Amino acid sequence: MTAYTQLGVKDIRDGVASGDFTAREVAESFNAAVASAAELNAFIVTTPDHALTAADAVDAKRARGEDLGKMGGVPIGMKDLFATKGVQTTAASHILEGFKPEYESTVSQKLWDAGAGMLGKLNLDQFAMGSSNETSYFGNVSSPWKKDGTNAAMSPGGSSGGSSSAVAARIAPAATGTDTGGSIRQPAAFTGICGIKPTYGRCSRWGVVAFASSLDQAGPMARSVEDCAIMLEAMAGFDPKDATSLQMDVPNWEATLSADLKGKKIGIPREYRMDGTDQAILDSWEQGKAMLRDAGAEIVDVSLPHTKYALPAYYIIAPAEASSNLARYDGVRYGLRDLPDGAGLQDMYAAIRAAGFGDEVKRRVLIGTYVLSAGFYDAYYTQAQKIRTLVAQDFEKAFAECDVILAPTTPTASFPLGSLNEDPLTMYLNDVFAVPASLAGLPAMSVPATVNPDGLPLGLQLVGRPFDEQGVLNAGLAIQQRVGFEAQPEKWW
Amino acid sequence: MTEYRIQGATGEWEVVIGLEVHAQVTSNAKLFSGASTAFGAEPNTQVSLVDAAMPGMLPVPNRECIRQAVRTGMAIEAQINKWSRFDRKNYFYADLPQGYQISQLYHPIVGEGALHIEADEKAGIAEDKVIGIERIHVEQDAGKLMHDQHPTMSYVDLNRTGIALMEIVSKPDMRSPAEAGAYVRKLRSILRYVGSCDGNMEEGSMRADVNVSVRRPGEEFGTRTETKNVNSVRFVMQVIEYEANRQVDVIENGGTVDQETRLFDPNTGTTRTMRSKEDAHDYRYFPDPDLLPLELDDSFIEECRASLPELPDAKRARYENELGLTPYNARELTAEVEIFGRFETLLAATAAKIGKPEAKVATQVANWALSVAPGVVKSLGEEANMANATAGAQASILAMQDKGEISGGQAKEIYEIVLKEGGEPEAIADERGLKQVSDTGAIEAKIDEIIAANEDKVAEYRGGKDKLFGFFVGQTMKAMQGKANPAVVNQLLKAKLDG
Repeated sequence: MTAYTQLGVKDIRDGVASGDFTAREVAESFNAAVASAAELNAFIVTTPDHALTAADAVDAKRARGEDLGKMGGVPIGMKDLFATKGVQTTAASHILEGFKPEYESTVSQKLWDAGAGMLGKLNLDQFAMGSSNETSYFGNVSSPWKKDGTNAAMSPGGSSGGSSSAVAARIAPAATGTDTGGSIRQPAAFTGICGIKPTYGRCSRWGVVAFASSLDQAGPMARSVEDCAIMLEAMAGFDPKDATSLQMDVPNWEATLSADLKGKKIGIPREYRMDGTDQAILDSWEQGKAMLRDAGAEIVDVSLPHTKYALPAYYIIAPAEASSNLARYDGVRYGLRDLPDGAGLQDMYAAIRAAGFGDEVKRRVLIGTYVLSAGFYDAYYTQAQKIRTLVAQDFEKAFAECDVILAPTTPTASFPLGSLNEDPLTMYLNDVFAVPASLAGLPAMSVPATVNPDGLPLGLQLVGRPFDEQGVLNAGLAIQQRVGFEAQPEKWW
Repeated sequence: MTEYRIQGATGEWEVVIGLEVHAQVTSNAKLFSGASTAFGAEPNTQVSLVDAAMPGMLPVPNRECIRQAVRTGMAIEAQINKWSRFDRKNYFYADLPQGYQISQLYHPIVGEGALHIEADEKAGIAEDKVIGIERIHVEQDAGKLMHDQHPTMSYVDLNRTGIALMEIVSKPDMRSPAEAGAYVRKLRSILRYVGSCDGNMEEGSMRADVNVSVRRPGEEFGTRTETKNVNSVRFVMQVIEYEANRQVDVIENGGTVDQETRLFDPNTGTTRTMRSKEDAHDYRYFPDPDLLPLELDDSFIEECRASLPELPDAKRARYENELGLTPYNARELTAEVEIFGRFETLLAATAAKIGKPEAKVATQVANWALSVAPGVVKSLGEEANMANATAGAQASILAMQDKGEISGGQAKEIYEIVLKEGGEPEAIADERGLKQVSDTGAIEAKIDEIIAANEDKVAEYRGGKDKLFGFFVGQTMKAMQGKANPAVVNQLLKAKLDG
């Protein structure tokens, strides 16, 4: 029974299709694994029935000889930022506690249509704001990994920390994530799994609780590049309900996967060699270069000169959009409602938002409100948008000289929960390598590279041209094949 | 010149007026959602997930609303911006579920244009004037709060939330209440011609924010106040009158006018402070990241242009120049869509019936449509069944009159019967003897009798007293009981008296 939980997306899908096992057996295994892993706090709610119902439907289809779908029989975790019909959707916030949407997000619907089922709603940083999964109203998520020789709970990264923890702990074969400034890639790197943020617009944002609309992008998190390719195919596609959705066909990424990089150029951005980056990470970067060279690629130096401005610009643009996106949480139509005796409308807003939002959310709403306010708009927001344009131009120029960029995903490995709480700026630095690709809307992926001397996973990041998820996946596959990452966290939960 | 001036204690003041008119776009669906826009539905029955700002919902622009804004821009000779963008205007209020209104601050869809108002001496507008239009932008309407449903709480109706509005911003080019009134009427007329707004001010489809300031003639602009949501032409004029006088009083008493937002009270005809500049919201406008910039291609713009109807100014000119109508008639007939619609239908039917070009019968039809027919309707009051007022029936009456078969008086009588009872005008004329006699024999016989009985007058006439001709006409008509064709009477009388 435990054997199923070692399987990934492709293994399960193919095994169910060929009749090696039933979807129901797989779903039951994972449901049990989820139920026994409460200590990780990866799920806010579990939905074993959803997983079983979906599994039974797939098994029935197989019995009738019908197509089982791209994700047929695969139970997955759903980040609790995606609206799921009739299932509590909170964005890990108190203000949405108890909210059960009457609608299903486009991405989750596509996954169900492809034969996947839902194990539960995964914990995350509140409204996807955070890099450690410590801002959830429903408690911290622990990584299944421990630093060698310590027992401290480690961060699974954020904001998709429930997703990374669950996939790394093998209580879910795959999970959805969303990435605004690294929220798929950084947790993937922290937990030794793969995660890809596709080109902005590939996955519909309809039904995904918005953090920063111009940056938010959904993507899969799984334990292999192949699994990411399969799941991304199921998630992506034009959606007329999202005006920023890409009106393009979804390529057949899985079928076109190839680790042969002959004729490809891999760019190494010199500006990513920053002070404060762990030596182990710099070493793994060197190894990554060697692996890609071994796969046939040519390694070239490229320059992304505005990299150092990307993070500050991100922390203006994302909070600005968030301050406006979160204005709808006012307690009038849904969610938390607090009407103190004799209070007027403004008092009601104040009471609800004070009680309903956590500190990090409030911090970003305040930052966003400030940078958009009269007299500061040009100094902050307008400047940040100019930087965003320059960062995108940097990539355009770099991609004239290379096909895919290789860089570390994060400057450090995971850290113990609670260790950075007093220092939001250091926390924000976690995303320094992830944010530029977000600002430019580019496809970017993290794949496991190695474990550091402390026994913690490290990731390598691949960034591609707009719409070239294939190039990113192929380079990721070349690394995956050479790394042969087999380390697993020891079960303590 | 009769320029509008406020006579203050210290001299004359000139009023400067600019208007921001919010016009609800005619469209079945809202600006960014598929919810219906029909007026008068039960509260909160026309609300989509997007309108209610549920988590994760996204706006998608409605092409029809964009099309209507572009067509409106074309109708006021404005620049159409092929690249525009939506911005968020952020503020908290219970009628605004998103916590922001999607509008266009930085890059509106329509740029500068112009609107022509005509001289109207009665209204105090001395000469034709061009009022500049600054811009038109498209934005979402807010919902409605109902304060009279519960003793301590307000209710929210989101039916109106997200309906598309065009905000049409004039330049500060108006100088009197009359000009502002003419501007709003003309704008309303254009919107209705174009079909981009029904112009129904009572239902709130059109409302104006009125910007007023005063200054010594020729000096710099003074500080303005903005009076919000004024919903009739008369009220717009009242606001200006009141505000201008109030501001003059403030200044002449040594005070200064505060730049502020005011509210109009239709019951007292006065305005009062709604919020001062210090309390003004900081709306934190920024480009809406849920929406891509709006880019219009040439074929879309061409399609909009091709779909425009003949507009009021062009129609009026054509009525004068091609149909030969008087300026007054041309203006009256082109003021409203319904009026010119009925006129043009009747004109076509009448011309067809008579078999003459429209230009030959236009004056007759115009007089009928503007004065004769409305007079009959008015005299009948509730007895008139307007369902009977078909173009066909009226054209038949006009055709009989044109052929001399009936007199003007008979035309009215027949129309009265048509309105009250229905029926074919020709049959009515026949059956009820409402036809003129054009039979020369019968008329000649009467004329001979009259000449014989009035030899003295005949002599006077022939002696040079031309005016007596009218006497003979009157006598003949009387003898014919009013049914003689006056043209025939004239012709026969002339021959007999002069001959």
